[in-house]
Formats: sequence, C-alpha cells, structure tokens
Amino acid sequence: MDSIVQFENVGLRYGTGPEALSDLSFTLFSGQFYFLTGPSGAGKSSLLRLLYLAQRPSRGMIRLFDSDLVTLSRDRMPGFRRRIGVVFQDFRLVPHLSAFDNIALPLRIAGMRDADLATPVREILDWVGLSARGDALPATLSGGEQQRVAIARAVITRPDILVADEPTGNVDPEMAVKLLRLFEALNRMGTTIIVATHDIHLMTRIKRAQMMRLEGGRLFDPTGALRYPPKPSDLRGWEEDKG
Amino acid sequence: MLGAFFPTRHDRRLIPQARLTGPMPWVIAVMLFLTLLAAAAALALGSAADQINADLAGRATVQIVNADSDARQRQASAAEAVLRSDRAVAVVTRVSDAEVRSLLSPWLGSSALSDDIPLPSLIDVDFRRNASDATLGRLRDALAEAAPDARIDAHGQWLRPVFELIGTLRWLAIALVVLLALASIASVMLSARSSFAAHAETIDIMHLLGSTHQQIARLFQRRIALDAALGALIACLLAAPVLWLLGRAATRLDSGLVSAGSFGPFDWLLLATVPIAGIALAVVTARMTVLGALRKKL
Ligand SMILES: Nc1ncnc2c1ncn2[C@@H]1O[C@H](COP(=O)(O)OP(=O)(O)OP(=O)(O)O)[C@@H](O)[C@H]1O
Ligand SMILES: [Mg+2]
Repeated sequence: MDSIVQFENVGLRYGTGPEALSDLSFTLFSGQFYFLTGPSGAGKSSLLRLLYLAQRPSRGMIRLFDSDLVTLSRDRMPGFRRRIGVVFQDFRLVPHLSAFDNIALPLRIAGMRDADLATPVREILDWVGLSARGDALPATLSGGEQQRVAIARAVITRPDILVADEPTGNVDPEMAVKLLRLFEALNRMGTTIIVATHDIHLMTRIKRAQMMRLEGGRLFDPTGALRYPPKPSDLRGWEEDKG
Repeated sequence: MLGAFFPTRHDRRLIPQARLTGPMPWVIAVMLFLTLLAAAAALALGSAADQINADLAGRATVQIVNADSDARQRQASAAEAVLRSDRAVAVVTRVSDAEVRSLLSPWLGSSALSDDIPLPSLIDVDFRRNASDATLGRLRDALAEAAPDARIDAHGQWLRPVFELIGTLRWLAIALVVLLALASIASVMLSARSSFAAHAETIDIMHLLGSTHQQIARLFQRRIALDAALGALIACLLAAPVLWLLGRAATRLDSGLVSAGSFGPFDWLLLATVPIAGIALAVVTARMTVLGALRKKL
C-alpha cells in the first residue's frame, strides 16, 4: 500500500492561543476510506484544513503526494489543491452562481470548456438528486440541498483525495446513506476518502473503513488509524459527545 | 491576447459588478479627458516654441542711428561688409530708405517724413543656425569697430521672456499628465482593493479549489479593462471636439509674427496613445493590486 498522507509530530496553533492540534503522527494510505471522529472542538476541521492546504502547520512535517508541504513552492500548491476534493463544513458555495455553475467551477478552473462540462455536471446533479435545481441559486436551496451541491462540486473532478467535513449533517438518513454510497463508489475508483463525522451509524455502513479519533487536539490512539469495527475500548468516550 | 480584455459570461457571473452605474468608467473618463487636454497643451506649447524659434531666433536686425546721412551710409556699408564676412551669417539684406520710410509712416505720418528727418539705416540678418550669445557678442564687437553707431538686436532676445513662459507652461502641462496618471493609478488601486474585498469569499473558494493567482487576477483585470475602455471612449468623445475647437482657434491666431502651434499627424498619433496607455495602466495596476493581495494567502 502506498502512503498518500504522512503526519509527523504535527502541531497547529491559531495565533497565540493554545495548540488546537498536538503531536499528530500518522499515515494515510492510498485508496483507503477513513472516518475522523471526536467531540466538537476536538480539532477535526483543523486537521482537515491542514489536509486541503488551507493552513500550514505550526510545527512538524506533513508529506502529501510524496512531497514535503513545508518546502512545497507556492506555484505548485494550486496543482495539489486540484487533486483534493473538499466538502466544507459550511459548504462555501459561491452565492451568485447557480448550483450548476458551482459544481462546474472546479472543471472551469482546470480549464475545461463549457461544451465539455455540461454532461458530467448534469450527471452528478442527477446523482445527488438535484437535476431539477441546476439553475437555483444557493440561497434558494435548503440546507441539505446546498450540502449536496457542495458534495457534487467536491467529487466532480474525481480527485485523488476527498476530504469531507460533516458531509451529511444536514440531510435525512436516507440521503445520508445515498451520499455515502457515492463516496464509496468514488473510493472504489481509487480515491482516498477522509470523512469527519459525528454519525456512528454512518460509520458502520462502510465495512472496510478505518476510524481515527481526535480528542483535545490529540489522536485518541497515538499509534494511528484504528481498524473498524473498533474495539469497545476504542469507543470509550463516544457516548459523551454524541449529542 | 483579446482574452485579457473580454470576461466570459461565466467570469461576469463569478465576480458580478454593477456595470456602468459603477463609478469607475466615469472616474477613468474624467482622468483621461483631463490627461488628453494636458497632453495636447504640452504638445501645442512645444510646437509653438519650435515655431517661434524657427521664425525669430535665427534673425537679427542691425540699426545704425546717426543724424549725418553720409556718415550713416558709410557706417551701413561697413557694417554690411562685416556681416557678410561672418561665417554664421547666411543672408544680409539692406533695407532701403524707402522701405524704412513706409514702415514708419503709420506712426509718423508721411508728410513728416521728409529728407531732413534722419532715419535709421536697417540691415536684416538671417543666421545659418540660431545665433548663440557668443556669435552675437562677436558681431557686436566687430560692428563697434567698423560702425560705432550700429546696434544689433537679435529677435530671439526680445522674446526670451515669452519663451521662458512657454517653457514653464509646457513643463507644467507635462507635470499635470504625470500627476493625472498617478491619480488614476491610485483610484484604480482603491477600486481593485474594494472589489477584491467585496469578493473575498468567492476568491477564497476559488483559491481552495485550486485557482492560480494568475487566474484570479485575470478576472479582475478583465473587469477593469472593460471599465477603462468605456471610460477611454467617453474621454475621447469629449476631448475630440474640444481639441478641434482649440486647434481652430489657434490657427486663427496665426499672425505674421508666429504661426501658432497646431497639431501635425505625429501629435495626433501621440494623443491617440493617451487612452490606450490609460487602459493599459488601469489593467496593469488592477493586476498588480490583486496579485499583491493574493500574495498574503497560503
Ligand atoms: N480560525 C480559528 N481561529 C482560532 N481558533 C480556532 C480557529 N478554528 C478553530 N479554532 C479552535 O481550534 C479548536 C478546534 O476547532 P475545530 O473547528 O477544528 O474543531 P472540530 O473538531 O471541527 O469541531 P466541530 O465538531 O464542532 O466542527 C477549537 O478550540 C477552536 O476554538
Ligand atoms: Mg468542525
């Protein structure tokens, strides 16, 4: 198995505050499916931000696609970002672009012509059950619909890594399962998937997924990712933060 | 190349902006209109200075004032000989007494101009090149010896204050062009910054989706290019009739003394570069401003 992400003693501090992430050392392997859990404020979003290059670590070393991120030149960052699909916790749709154009945005950034992108965008709109809402602006969509647009935008380029921050927080259980199946299909085509979630039922749906648990900015199991299904001891503390 | 100027339909949706109702085209129009006037003034003053120089600086008049007609004639001939022998002098023309009389008659009345009123002798001198102070000094010395009553007046010297005034005005006009360019840069920077701030969220998203800084800068530079092109068009439409009227008025001023500066084809070409340079300046400024702001991002 090829490693695709490596963290070594990574710490992250916002401004002069306490460390939001401390002593993170783990390896993620190409083509795997990972869940990232932990109570609110544990640092899940922060860890994902490091992964999708929105943030530099305050200390430690991160390797991504076999390149050292600390010494990576700025010119190469956009190329790296295009290989990573992101579902943001707050969606971050462009408010004045239609659902269709929001989903097409990564393709346009990659230089695809309008004539070529209509088909894949329609296809993915269909997948997330929004084929009738392609022309709608984000403000006119429900929270769950916006979330599906955000997911469609993240997967449209078939990225090497998909990073999703609470991607099913706003949809009904049925849709959550459907979206998870989309992730699984993508995973089968080779995309490495990292999903931050509170939803333990979601986690049980993917049998081959591995679980990472953060608490207070540290990995619950410092040796790295846990195998699913977790041992009862791995789930210690789960009950406290599920609400 | 043209892609640098025309935002696609999608770009326009991505970074929406109130077209035309926004102040930018009008600010640019006013700036370019004023720049065109100042540049035209600089060019006109320059060509006026050249004209006056060509008309006058290369000429001088030698005047011999002596009540004794014989002595005057003798000195005039001697002065003529001195002038003819000087290498800086191209043409020497003795103004006949009859001509002098006709020149003076409007002031003195023809009846008063009998032979018993002494008239000065006049000699017109055309220099090969504009006469330097050294040349004039040399001639003055030579004349003092040959014709003690001769006085040489270089036409350019009477007009030196006028020359200096024209020169000052010309520099002022050039300084205005520079100041207007600086003010335009500042206003484009302000507009680009506020537009950048207004679209910070969109830019952030594009950045995270893998947009290069160049791609993002291009969005803004295309918008400002359209604004600037519109402003330039308005400025040209306003400036053309104004310049044409001014040019016509200047041509009417055309006296026997000086042919006032009017625009040649080269001047028009230079003026035509003003709006083009204005658009280019706006685009480059917007690009630099946005790239500068993006440099703060990871
Ligand atoms: N931009 C920021 N500036 C300062 N502190 C921040 C910032 N973002 C997060 N933090 C802090 O870092 C810690 C981890 O936050 P993070 O958002 O990563 O948690 P989380 O696990 O994603 O929580 P949740 O489940 O509620 O989304 C928190 O204490 C938070 O206050
Ligand atoms: Mg979070």
